[in-house]
Amino acid sequence: MSQVHVHTKINGDTTEFLCEADEPLLDVLRDRLGLTGAKEGCGTGDCGACSVMVDDRLVCSCLVLGAEAEGRTIETIEGMADGEKLHPLQQKFLDHAALQCGICTPGFLVAAKALLDHNPDPTETEVRYWLAGNLCRCTGYDKIVRAVMDTAAEMRGA
Amino acid sequence: MVKVNLWGSLKSAASGRASIDVEAQTIRQMFRALGEQEPGLVPILDSGITVAIDGQIYRDDWFKEVDDDSEVYLLPRMEGG
Amino acid sequence: MLDKTAENGEFKVIGTRPERPDGVDKVTGRARFGADMVMPGMLIGKVLRSPHAHANIKSIDTSAAEALEGVKAVITAADFTADVPEAEYDTMVNCIAHGKALYDGHGVAAVAATSRSIANKALKLIKVEYEVLPHVTDVEEACKDDAPLLHDNIFTEGLEETPTTPSNISGRVQFGHGDVDEGFAAADKVVERKFRTEATHQGYIEPHACVGNLSPDGTGELWCCTQGHFMVRNSCAAILGLDISRLRVTASEIGGGFGGKTTIFIEPLALALSRKAGRPVKLVMSRDEVFRATGPTSSASMWIKIGAKNDGTITAMEGLLKYQGGAFKGSWVSLGCMTAFACYRADHMKTVGYDVLVNRPRAAAYRAPGAPMAAFAVESVVTELAGELGRDPLEFRLQNAAKEGDQSSYGPKHRAHGLMETLEQAKAHDHYNAPLGPNQGRGVACGFWFNFGGQTSTSLNIGADGTVNVSVGTVDVGGSRASMCLMVAEELGVPYEKVRCVVADTSSLGHNDITDGSRTTFSSGMALILSARDAKQKLCARAAKIWEIPEDAVEWVDGHARPAGPNAGEFDPMSLAEVAGKAETTGGPIAGHHECNARGAGVSFATHMVDTEVDPETGRVTVLRYTVFQDAGKAIHPAYVEGQFQGGAVQGIGWAINEEYIYGEDGRLQNAGFLDYRIPVASDLPMIDTVIIETPNKGHPYGVRGVGETSIVPPMAAIANSVSAAAGVRLTELPMSPPRVLKAMDDAKA
Repeated sequence: MSQVHVHTKINGDTTEFLCEADEPLLDVLRDRLGLTGAKEGCGTGDCGACSVMVDDRLVCSCLVLGAEAEGRTIETIEGMADGEKLHPLQQKFLDHAALQCGICTPGFLVAAKALLDHNPDPTETEVRYWLAGNLCRCTGYDKIVRAVMDTAAEMRGA
Repeated sequence: MVKVNLWGSLKSAASGRASIDVEAQTIRQMFRALGEQEPGLVPILDSGITVAIDGQIYRDDWFKEVDDDSEVYLLPRMEGG
Repeated sequence: MLDKTAENGEFKVIGTRPERPDGVDKVTGRARFGADMVMPGMLIGKVLRSPHAHANIKSIDTSAAEALEGVKAVITAADFTADVPEAEYDTMVNCIAHGKALYDGHGVAAVAATSRSIANKALKLIKVEYEVLPHVTDVEEACKDDAPLLHDNIFTEGLEETPTTPSNISGRVQFGHGDVDEGFAAADKVVERKFRTEATHQGYIEPHACVGNLSPDGTGELWCCTQGHFMVRNSCAAILGLDISRLRVTASEIGGGFGGKTTIFIEPLALALSRKAGRPVKLVMSRDEVFRATGPTSSASMWIKIGAKNDGTITAMEGLLKYQGGAFKGSWVSLGCMTAFACYRADHMKTVGYDVLVNRPRAAAYRAPGAPMAAFAVESVVTELAGELGRDPLEFRLQNAAKEGDQSSYGPKHRAHGLMETLEQAKAHDHYNAPLGPNQGRGVACGFWFNFGGQTSTSLNIGADGTVNVSVGTVDVGGSRASMCLMVAEELGVPYEKVRCVVADTSSLGHNDITDGSRTTFSSGMALILSARDAKQKLCARAAKIWEIPEDAVEWVDGHARPAGPNAGEFDPMSLAEVAGKAETTGGPIAGHHECNARGAGVSFATHMVDTEVDPETGRVTVLRYTVFQDAGKAIHPAYVEGQFQGGAVQGIGWAINEEYIYGEDGRLQNAGFLDYRIPVASDLPMIDTVIIETPNKGHPYGVRGVGETSIVPPMAAIANSVSAAAGVRLTELPMSPPRVLKAMDDAKA
């Protein structure tokens, strides 16, 4: 089967890749482009560990085809920090010990950033429902929710 | 003499005895003496079991000392998550 | 052993909440987990799994798969020697079926190919001829005389007389003291009930993953996510017939384990494929495979009977526990029996357990394995009995709680522990007196776990600039490297930021047992404290040489060598960096080591309190408020201790309300995915409040007890007590999913 030639922009960099027609974007990112920050927890869109942004839309990259990235802009966890400077969400996750094993953390950060970009002042309930598509088995979500709320408060103040 | 208490179902391998008195200064000597008195215990002792001495739990610790007045219980091998 | 306590005001950095050393890597996507590894020339492996719950494998024809372009190796049981040590035999057979598929999802063959799609195509070309056999997946059904038999060479152990016919009951265990009949005769009130729990999965978000690279000369390397890379090395070496010194295993970052990664599933297959193909092979499980073929916990059928006098004194406690452990021996029913009544004092106690085989995946440890389901049953009856006696459930527990010197349910007398403190703090907490609304109920429950020590080896190296590297062999599942750095910083008297911790590979450190039994902060922490003391002695000796005074005239205080006492002479104290900076000229590198079989693990207790609301129309349970009270001994990094409490509680909430393995009539798992096997999500939950109690463990220099497991023991019982109060009917089956709750309410009305 011939491969699809895709032109895209990932974390600000113009990127081209070849992929199979039926190959998920997650596999392209991880296996072809070396962007292993997005994780595969399920491959069926249930766990959110592979969350990335495609044209400002939060998606599970396991449910998007690599070929669908043609002409689109993709943001992954690798693009969240500004060089040496962590995004406030990344720092707050560390301050609040909002991760234990850390496998779900990239997905949570991408999803939480999407929330705050769209709603800078979410209630606890809004945070919990927005993040309901991201599974964490270690923390019980308590410290994650606190870290997101605290980031929102700090960013509003800044 | 150290009084070694067996867990309930271990009795079936020890002629029905719930406890066995042995001369021993260490867990290893205790195991050896238990095996001599009750050969039925040997395979179970060899497979690895846990010993509680005065409420403290020891796994795989042959040379831990036991005193005559120590409270000694044998317990099944324990593994956690 | 305990020589530093908070009361003495001795701790400087212990108990603070610094950023974890692996933190930045984890929030930037840089941390490398099991599936993130790539090796040059790497092939992709896939496993063919049985679609049948129970079937003889008549033949496997791999020729068409082998002929497919891009396929570099195909393996079956025939590629493994039968000459495997007995202790590893079941593990090997669980990785790849030998003659018989024992459960839906049991590995049958594996391939390695140049791409994932070719590997998948190759799986379809493998022809397996099965003779399907009758199956059994229910624990009670499996105990019946006419049940389909899994193994014809298993005879029930632990009976008075050895049976002559094989059985699915692989063993019977019994614990206790006194005479329960006498105890019940003395009781004024007796409550007895039957309970059932379904199997649940540890549910770590990271599927099992590894890359194996085995050279024809029998030298190999393996990268994998595991709770114990030394265990992986030893098991794989035994199964593949390798010298353990020739197999170097590196533990990746691990995306959750909870006990489920304390054994091997795909690692020997990747190595065997690599040996055959002559190239590295990566094997990553799908989520479907994780559910079907890796460690769920036992499902259980239990009966509990407890009697008490009118004054509230418990006179007797008796239990019968049947746990299925999947298709192999070893269901942790012993630990269920030993822990069931461990929170209580009674003159007469008896627990009997049956280890039962069924056509399900081999049970793996899951956080305090065996204990949560027993606690669910026992704590339900304790609360019901308190109600029958007109007593407050916390008061009743306080009256009957096991204290230091009381004979425990598992045998020995209790040592000092924090159970009473958890109960007293629970009673005094504002949560306990907060008002409840309609259809709401409050539940409390206690839980116990042993916590373990085990083989541990650590190393500590001091750099020329006075910074410190420590190596541990216990995998960091939830932030333990931060705790390690804190303990070393405390001991050496240097800032936390100057200490870095790595999890060393199996060729770089002595053997370490797996990260299990809540042992890591306890055992590796103890070994590191002793490594640091070893290093301090050497640092003092170097300072003594520099000052030209006797070694015993130097002491280590606040991160500095200084002359001890007036007779030692007048010298300015030397910092760690100053002594380390002169290492080259004073005798070479300065290091500390410690190897031990860590003794002195301290048991731990918790009390949980929860409010729930039951929707009377749908039976849906909502958790409104949750508070954990647990004894940590000493919280080294309190944020991660809280995290353990919260995480355990929420896994328990999932077990209580949602999670269950559902098997069809055909013996196949019906819900092998996160959509249908629903673990709690953020919107299901309230904040989880925590109260850390610190009753120092005398067996650790700083008083540490394990904290990871106890937190999953009480939740199901606490929630059952809460839901039963809210619904007005006693719930006795898990999960308390809407249909079950609704049915219980309807039955109670009828």
